[in-house]
This record gives sequence, C-alpha cells and structure tokens, in this order.
Amino acid sequence: MTINLSHFSAAVVFALFASVVFGITQRNTTMEQVKYGLYCFAMFVGGVFVAGWVMALIRR
Amino acid sequence: MAKQTIVKSKNAVSEPEYPLTTMAIVAPIVGWLIPGGGHILLKRYGRGVLLLISVVAMFLVGLGMQGRIYKPNGGDILDILGFIGDVGTGALYFLARIMDWGNLMAANATADYGKTFLIVAGLLNLIAAADAHHIALGKKP
Repeated sequence: MTINLSHFSAAVVFALFASVVFGITQRNTTMEQVKYGLYCFAMFVGGVFVAGWVMALIRR
Repeated sequence: MAKQTIVKSKNAVSEPEYPLTTMAIVAPIVGWLIPGGGHILLKRYGRGVLLLISVVAMFLVGLGMQGRIYKPNGGDILDILGFIGDVGTGALYFLARIMDWGNLMAANATADYGKTFLIVAGLLNLIAAADAHHIALGKKP
C-alpha cells in the first residue's frame, strides 16, 4: 500500500501524532496533557504556516 | 558557625528519593519493544493505548510513504542517527527488517517524509519509554 500525502497533510498528520505523545509524556494531569497536546499541535501547524509564508516572501 | 550549620540543615529542602524497582527497569523495556506497553503494564491504559496508536500509526504512515528503514551501520553519522531513530520503535523495527519492508533509498519527496516519520516514531517511542520509567519510579502520577 502506498500513501501519497502532500507536504501540508504530511505535516498535519505528523503534528497530530507528535502532539499526542508530547501531551501524554510532558504533563502530569489529564487536563494539562490535553491542553499541552493542543498547544503543541497549534504550534506545529502554526509553524508550518509561518515557514510557508517566509518561504513565499523570500521567493518573491 | 555551629548555629549557622544547624539553621541551614533545618531549612534545607530534602530531595525525595526514588528507589530503583524492578518495574522501573521492566516498564521502559516493555515500552520500547511494544509502543505504549510500559504504560499499559503500569495500568495507565488510556495513555498506553493512545501512545500505541500514535507510534504505530506514524510508523505505518512512514512505511506507506515508502520510507527507508536504516540498517545497523558504521558509516555516515546521519545514517547512524537514522538507525538509532528507527530502532526506537522496538518490535516494529525488527518486524520491518524481517519482512524486508521499507525502501533502500528515498526515491522522491514523499519517501523522504516517510523516512522522517519512521525515525520520529522511534524517537517518540523512546520518550514514551522514558515516561514509563518515571511513572514506575513514582516521579510522575
């Protein structure tokens, strides 16, 4: 089976799984884990947008 | 001088001690071999299942993207680090080697992402195994 993901969708899938692991391992209580997981996910995806815009501006 | 010493020892915050138990050794090893296994062994079922799903899914997506599985090597430093990352997935790595899954070289951009997924799955599993060790020691609830 071959999976073909675009750069963006690959980054989102990556962010999802990495955020789950970070949330569980880096915080103690369930609520803290959920919050930290969401924070990491937002940072990953936000970083993709920021990097994308930086590259687009450099290319101009 | 003697008074000062007494005052200091009274105010000193004693560091809690975490004795090394058998479970603190077994849990991270099980966690490395089976992603999330360490947490499940320590009765953290929810966390264990989520870790299992995350690491296994990341590994399978990496394989699906035709990512490279590194073999033990003594050459390029990046290849050595790639192997360390891959072997972090434990049983999944050995299964992939036995079944000869994965590509030898990254043929395109997608395969390059796949290689990264495989390496990061292993590194995340190592973090999860370390977390299982901390739980078994009592450092973390």
